[in-house]
Amino acid sequence: MPVDYLKETPSQTAGPYVHIGLAPGAAGFDIYERELGWDIAGPNAAGERIRVEGVVIDGTGSPIKDVLLEVWQANAEGIYAHPEGGEAEDGFRGWGRVITDFDTGEWGFDTIKPGRVMGRNGQPMAPHINLWIVARGINLGLNTRIYFSDEAAANAEDPVIGLIEWERRRDTLIARREERDGQAVYRFDIRVQGPDETVFFDI
Amino acid sequence: MKPAEFYARDRRWHPPALDRDYKTSVTRSPQYAAISLQNSASEITGPVFGHSDIDPIDNDLILNFAQPGESPIGERIIVHGRVLDENRRPVPETLVEIWQANAGGRYRHKKDTYLAPIDPNFGGCGRVLTDAEGYYHFRTVKPGAYPWRNWVNDWRPAHIHVSVFGSGFAQRLITQLYFEGDPLIATCPIVNTIPDPAAIDMLVARLDMNATIPLDAIAYRFDIVLRGRRSTLFENRLEGN
Repeated sequence: MPVDYLKETPSQTAGPYVHIGLAPGAAGFDIYERELGWDIAGPNAAGERIRVEGVVIDGTGSPIKDVLLEVWQANAEGIYAHPEGGEAEDGFRGWGRVITDFDTGEWGFDTIKPGRVMGRNGQPMAPHINLWIVARGINLGLNTRIYFSDEAAANAEDPVIGLIEWERRRDTLIARREERDGQAVYRFDIRVQGPDETVFFDI
Repeated sequence: MKPAEFYARDRRWHPPALDRDYKTSVTRSPQYAAISLQNSASEITGPVFGHSDIDPIDNDLILNFAQPGESPIGERIIVHGRVLDENRRPVPETLVEIWQANAGGRYRHKKDTYLAPIDPNFGGCGRVLTDAEGYYHFRTVKPGAYPWRNWVNDWRPAHIHVSVFGSGFAQRLITQLYFEGDPLIATCPIVNTIPDPAAIDMLVARLDMNATIPLDAIAYRFDIVLRGRRSTLFENRLEGN
């Protein structure tokens, strides 16, 4: 290790009261003019409107009710709303915060379906949504990806899914599409521990 | 800044997912190894925040929830420092968010039932964007220690939760800030999930008498380091090779 680098600040759990800092409305009080993370894809964003729902499940099979997820995704053209990502349309932010129902652990968010993003070495990646998961008992935020069940061909050649040596584990990253009142709803349950554990990434 | 990969995260420096002395981690820790990914656009980009997202008062926890003319009970403090990356470069215009208990160790949260009372003039959260030099500051009251259910008699040292973004999603970090000299730091199972004492030391804010405002508020310095980016793309071109 060259002597001149600093070390990264070490992580600590977000704890049970993460909502106070990141979603105070959910903690039970209004303080900010604008809470952040509720507008992943505004009304002007192009693309198919979708909803993603799920629950985060612990090693005993129980829902985790105090989890917070952050979403980061490209727009329908596969462009991230970031100076290094390209030029996304006004009203598309691509980032959001999702909290669970304190009683059931169910969460959900509305967005648009992302397009394919160019991966390394010119290999396109299948449409996906990046997730970062924090909670009490999680010492370092967990990174995973949501892929889509109706993108089987793109998923089959996705270079990241292809890194997962166990084919049965790849399914843990595929959100299942269903139609509800004419709207596309994807189901994506996350298992943090156990034989059907979701694939997490060291990014 | 060119779009470049981040230095690999040193997973042995961070706490492991499973630490049996922090009981909640036992059922919330993945058992399989994480799949290592080389960065793509999905990891090196991240959300961008601007001054229209927040208000100037948001970094003043003494005022941002207080009734007019009132202020929260507790020791008035300033927490300030810089957000840097591993290359010692400042991280400008990045969002820093904090949350904490009040001076009695009670959180304003519907799930906190500790005996200590809510302070009607204290919300307990704040946020700010770093300036061009990566500098940030908050004004608040020093949080109190409080007991929690882990072992029968565990107490959290006074701490402030800190969330930082950086410029890419792979830099996303949440941590906790402790206060120099607190004897509870050494006894805390959450602190001690971090294996290396030198890493724990990075979480201890230092008393900073030079930044103290005489007769008003005492200051603590807390610098935050995020993952650094490679400076050359020579071997790391992301596309179109």
